[in-house]
Amino acid sequence: MSQKIRVVIAKPGLDGHDRGAKVIARALRDAGMEVIYTGLRQTPEMIVSAALQEDADVIGLSILSGAHMHICPRVVELLKEKGLDDVQVVIGGIIPDVDLPKLNALGIKGIFLPGTPMQQIIDFINANARARV
Amino acid sequence: MKTVVDRADTSKARWERDTLEPTLRKSPERKGPFTTISGRPIERLYTAEDVAGIDYDRQVGNPGEFPYVRGIHPTGYRGKLWTMRQFAGFGTPEETNQRYKDLIAAGGTGLSVAFDLPTLMGRDPDHPLCLGEVGKCGVSIMSLADMERLFEGIPLDDPKITTSMTINSPASMIFAMYLVVAEQHGADWKKISGTLQNDILKEFIAQKEYIFPPRQSMRLITDIFAFCSKEVPRWNTISVSGYHIREAGSTSLQELAFTLRDGLEYVQYGMDAGLDVDDFVPRMSFFFNSHSDFFEEIAKYRAARKLWAEAMRDRFGAKNPRSWALRFHTQTAGVSLTAQQPYNNVVRTALQALAAVLGGTNSLHTNSLDEALALPTRESATIALRTQQIIAHESGVTNIVDPLGGSYFVEKLTRDMEEGTLQYWETIDRMGGMVEAIERGYPQKEIAEASYQFQQAVERREKTIVGVNDFIQADEKPLEILYIDDSTADLQLQRLADLKRTRDNDRVGRTLDALQAGARGRDNTMPLLLDCVRAYATVGEMCDALREVWGEYEEVPVI
Repeated sequence: MSQKIRVVIAKPGLDGHDRGAKVIARALRDAGMEVIYTGLRQTPEMIVSAALQEDADVIGLSILSGAHMHICPRVVELLKEKGLDDVQVVIGGIIPDVDLPKLNALGIKGIFLPGTPMQQIIDFINANARARV
Repeated sequence: MKTVVDRADTSKARWERDTLEPTLRKSPERKGPFTTISGRPIERLYTAEDVAGIDYDRQVGNPGEFPYVRGIHPTGYRGKLWTMRQFAGFGTPEETNQRYKDLIAAGGTGLSVAFDLPTLMGRDPDHPLCLGEVGKCGVSIMSLADMERLFEGIPLDDPKITTSMTINSPASMIFAMYLVVAEQHGADWKKISGTLQNDILKEFIAQKEYIFPPRQSMRLITDIFAFCSKEVPRWNTISVSGYHIREAGSTSLQELAFTLRDGLEYVQYGMDAGLDVDDFVPRMSFFFNSHSDFFEEIAKYRAARKLWAEAMRDRFGAKNPRSWALRFHTQTAGVSLTAQQPYNNVVRTALQALAAVLGGTNSLHTNSLDEALALPTRESATIALRTQQIIAHESGVTNIVDPLGGSYFVEKLTRDMEEGTLQYWETIDRMGGMVEAIERGYPQKEIAEASYQFQQAVERREKTIVGVNDFIQADEKPLEILYIDDSTADLQLQRLADLKRTRDNDRVGRTLDALQAGARGRDNTMPLLLDCVRAYATVGEMCDALREVWGEYEEVPVI
């Protein structure tokens, strides 16, 4: 059975700017992970349901529109409801500094701002994804 | 050893043998690769030999003459400078109205409206997908009432005010609102001018703010072409955009090729809808990116004018020189801005703006230094405008028309961009056109591949980004940014509820029913939308009415 880390990459909300999501999806795949890209306009419910179905270890959210403080808490809450607390949520995008502590408080440690090397994201996921048994 | 160089032999081969090679033996070149930001290899030297095959009169020509490589105006910027048009919009209509008044006071010469994502996607703020998006990336416009607030105190009947609106899927709804407000200001539709972006093809290709399927979306656009050619003849009905294609990660060549091919698709659809080519093509305009590779961008603009002029004359039989002359707006590359050491972005933007000017742009937006972090503050937006004013009034480049014309390198690169574009066009023509190519995911795949290649080159440090993968500074002070809170959403939700309580809802229902009936048939949708707008129907209601008839587009994601 495959021991690959399974990652769901999602674009929540109305924003269609998917360059970052697609580049990181490919980079994670090239780094040996199993990547599922949801496509655009996903609600938190759709994302968590995809994570459940795909047995994901990690959810990567790409948000550039400023809606992160609405979307992230909801995703984390839904994961708890479904008993998926050990799924690691990481986000990439345009996130103002003032929001970083609030996101950390939700348990989101992987927050990747513009200019982050892809290798840094790969390393973070390798170090922090839940162990596959 | 040969010591006397035969000076009469100026050939590149002779120079390489006698002068270059001895130098390279002593001091080799830097490691390279010597490529443009798009990965195009660049030679160390261009000479007359590289342009020997170019016929100046036929293939370049003087400014103001076919094929317009050197510009569409015989006097360049000695006649009229480009329009300094700063794209702005955030929060409530009142907040954005104030920003416009500031920009006009600072010497800006055109307005440019940025709408928020709910407006761009044809959703009212009470839709679940709008959570956290109202007023964030642009101004929230739900109905005519918001459009009235947006332009309060800005005289739309003043011919000096031209307004550009970045709106695509709901372009006709927003345009109808603008026309009604202009009418309220006493403006004559025959005299007002401005631009609608109205370019749905690049949404399918790159920015992904689509609503309806491609063919129905194309019909909305040809309806606008037909309506404006009679009712609003000075309006630029479309701004065919490469900007977003480039931001999505395309190369410079892909931006050029796909954008102009989109333009050809609109012309074909317009003619298929029964319009005469010279009745609507003169009102088509373009919108390009200005990225960081200076000469490649300049070559792109020069090649664009030639390709368009020749395609209009030879492919579509246009006879009016105004159909041949490609006019374009440029925006500096948002994607090139770094969150690290943000003041460096002022320099990047200045160089990109200079490339656009040397390429003969007709209008320009310069990005603000803080835009990798947030929407710009008032101060950063002012620096961006000042950057254009310094180029226009201090650098001296506006004294001369096409100062780079005749440069061996620039002329050769212009020619290469042209040839590369024609190859892409052939591929897309073979697929049956751009709509068919999009349905097959062709441009989407090309762009995804190019953006991944670029990112890998950055990771390998083959491409340097100052402050990001080299010259990094650890102790950066945070920048003060514009933070948009949720008060706009609260206010707009309240206004939406009030509107639905106070307007004549029977009238709204009747106008929406008439819109649906028109959409099922062949009637022009513009007059029907004007009726909806006058009844204060919302953007969400008008788009929902059409969603019911036409359905929604869903893409198959390509990674």
